[in-house]
Amino acid sequence: RLARARGHVGPARRHRLKGMPMTAAKTLFQKVWERHEVVPETAETPAVLFIDLHLIHEVTTPQAFTVLRERGLKVRRPDLTLGTMDHSTPTRTEQVFGGMPISIASAANQVRQLEVNCTEFGVELMTLQSDKRGIVHVIGPELGATQPGKTIVCGDSHTSTHGAFGALAFGIGTTEVGHVLATQCILQTKARTLAINVTGRLQPGVTAKDLVLAIIGKIGVGGGTGHVIEFRGAAISALNMEERMTVCNMSIEAGARAGMVAPDAVTFEYLKGRPRAPQGAAWDAAIADWRTLVSDPGAVFDREVTLDASTVEPMITWGTHPGMVAAVTGNVPATSTDPVFARALTYMGFDAGQKLAGSPVNVVFIGSCTNSRITDLRAAAAVLKGRHVAEGVQMLIVPGSQQIKKQAEAEGLDRIFLDAGAEWRESGCSMCLGMNGDTVGKGQYSLSTSNRNFEGRQGVGARTLLASPLTAAASAVRGVITDPRDLM
Amino acid sequence: MEPLQRITSRTVVLPRTDIDTDQIIPARFLRTTSREGLGKQLFADWRYLADGTPNPDFELNQPAAAACKVLVGGRNFGCGSSREHAPWALLDFGIQAVISSEFADIFRSNALGNGLVPVIVDETTLQWLIANPGVEVTVDLDSSSLLLPGGKAVSFPITPFARFCLMQGVDQLGYLLMKDADITAYENKHA
Ligand code: SF4
Repeated sequence: RLARARGHVGPARRHRLKGMPMTAAKTLFQKVWERHEVVPETAETPAVLFIDLHLIHEVTTPQAFTVLRERGLKVRRPDLTLGTMDHSTPTRTEQVFGGMPISIASAANQVRQLEVNCTEFGVELMTLQSDKRGIVHVIGPELGATQPGKTIVCGDSHTSTHGAFGALAFGIGTTEVGHVLATQCILQTKARTLAINVTGRLQPGVTAKDLVLAIIGKIGVGGGTGHVIEFRGAAISALNMEERMTVCNMSIEAGARAGMVAPDAVTFEYLKGRPRAPQGAAWDAAIADWRTLVSDPGAVFDREVTLDASTVEPMITWGTHPGMVAAVTGNVPATSTDPVFARALTYMGFDAGQKLAGSPVNVVFIGSCTNSRITDLRAAAAVLKGRHVAEGVQMLIVPGSQQIKKQAEAEGLDRIFLDAGAEWRESGCSMCLGMNGDTVGKGQYSLSTSNRNFEGRQGVGARTLLASPLTAAASAVRGVITDPRDLM
Repeated sequence: MEPLQRITSRTVVLPRTDIDTDQIIPARFLRTTSREGLGKQLFADWRYLADGTPNPDFELNQPAAAACKVLVGGRNFGCGSSREHAPWALLDFGIQAVISSEFADIFRSNALGNGLVPVIVDETTLQWLIANPGVEVTVDLDSSSLLLPGGKAVSFPITPFARFCLMQGVDQLGYLLMKDADITAYENKHA
């Protein structure tokens, strides 16, 4: 305790010695928060926080536009609002481009309604056939709209993805979508802060997905509730932007309000030249500003957790929430204090203590806002090249955006996938939540690179096993849960 | 939103932890553009058998549950997806308050925005409520407390603002719209 207290005094004293005004050391979260206070929080009222980027999609917005209409309100800042369609959209080419109707009438209706709403309220929309359409959390970064220091919201819990850029990004409900549409602001009470320090370095064959699954396994699915996580340390700095997005994406699976990584040279390199990133002199000014978006030395977090990346192995979930996770080489636990342990095993059809590797899979899904970016597809292709998906296994590969699809095809990845016997689709959320009809059958084991293994998430009675694209590809080839290092 | 002072009801108990919003309302029911009528689909995959008939073992299908306005659920209630369809479905079914020892953040704010009261109690109280399903309780907003049988009162945390909005039936959009001058000033400063 004393040592920690001393640690806090240190940096402040250094400032004083240099004759600088003594300001409290701040976390990255505090800095971004303070920049956006329209009205600060008081004991009686939450803060009014300004939102720099509001991403919208077809599923969680129709009721919000209805409220706007009922009250005669406009969208306050259409210039800060961007729409896409991803959750209920088809992934079959003929339904996207071939003039075939969307097979599910209610999904078609949502798509149409979003078009009507965006036209009426003047909001830019990536329509079904747009070459810039994709999963909302994939296209924000891809377009360069996601930037350090921004506040970003979306009616979607995985908005935490954008925190990889040092943005404060979080999911909201539909009522709040209405608030942001009408006022560009949101009412918020300040979250607590949780530093997750990741030391060491990931080993070959171990990915950012494995790291974040290990983190959730360690802190639990409610371990981040009420907190904004800052992922820091050498292992995080060593990740590329797509990997950082994978980590921040799943912050919500630990219950966190948001996940953040301080922007650095890797961030700037990724953003440089993207269509909506600042250009020219504005770019230099932006970088100078973004460099200040780091937690000050000595900044105090409400909680800290440390993890050594070099001890992380390829991970896979065995239960019905993402905290029920083990090494691919490991076993389902023999016992657990989790009250839903027995229920989860029954649902999954697993025995306590059983070995995971070698257990059969029926469906393999590579996609979702967690793992559908180009580096994920390249990783899967490296394993699938010259190999074939095991007999009886259905493999679905769904890129996160149309841009990624184009890029993958330019690199010939689609050929590798098709030659291996996988299906290659148009972009969207697809089998991550099965809203568009891409579902897993009852009792089937689905090894999926998505983020949620809840009961029925991928279809009624579907049994989801979450893992990395490498593990997914290796398991598709063998037809059983496979350590990707066996095929590398 | 209707002003809310107190809710008195027998409890219906779902003795499970980490009840996620995919269970509260599965994704295939989100292909709607309305917020009405979702109560039918509340907990659909637990509530109905494969042939669509009610699962006789499920807690919400017990005859006494139909009149319950207070649901008790295990720790980390409402985790997962941000879908506001979850509180809409609960309210449409007739639930007005949920008691748990911990709520997921987004579910909690979605609930408050719709007049569904998230009541956070300590684990001991929660375990007692789980062990004694069907007891009559009162959620009293004025005193921010949960009144248990026998007169015991357990206070629960709720921000003054959330409590005020629930008790007055204040709509938060109206509150934000009143901040227009502040928002404009902010926009001008940061243009
Ligand atoms: S890919 Fe899955 S988790 Fe991501 S936004 Fe779509 S449905 Fe949500």
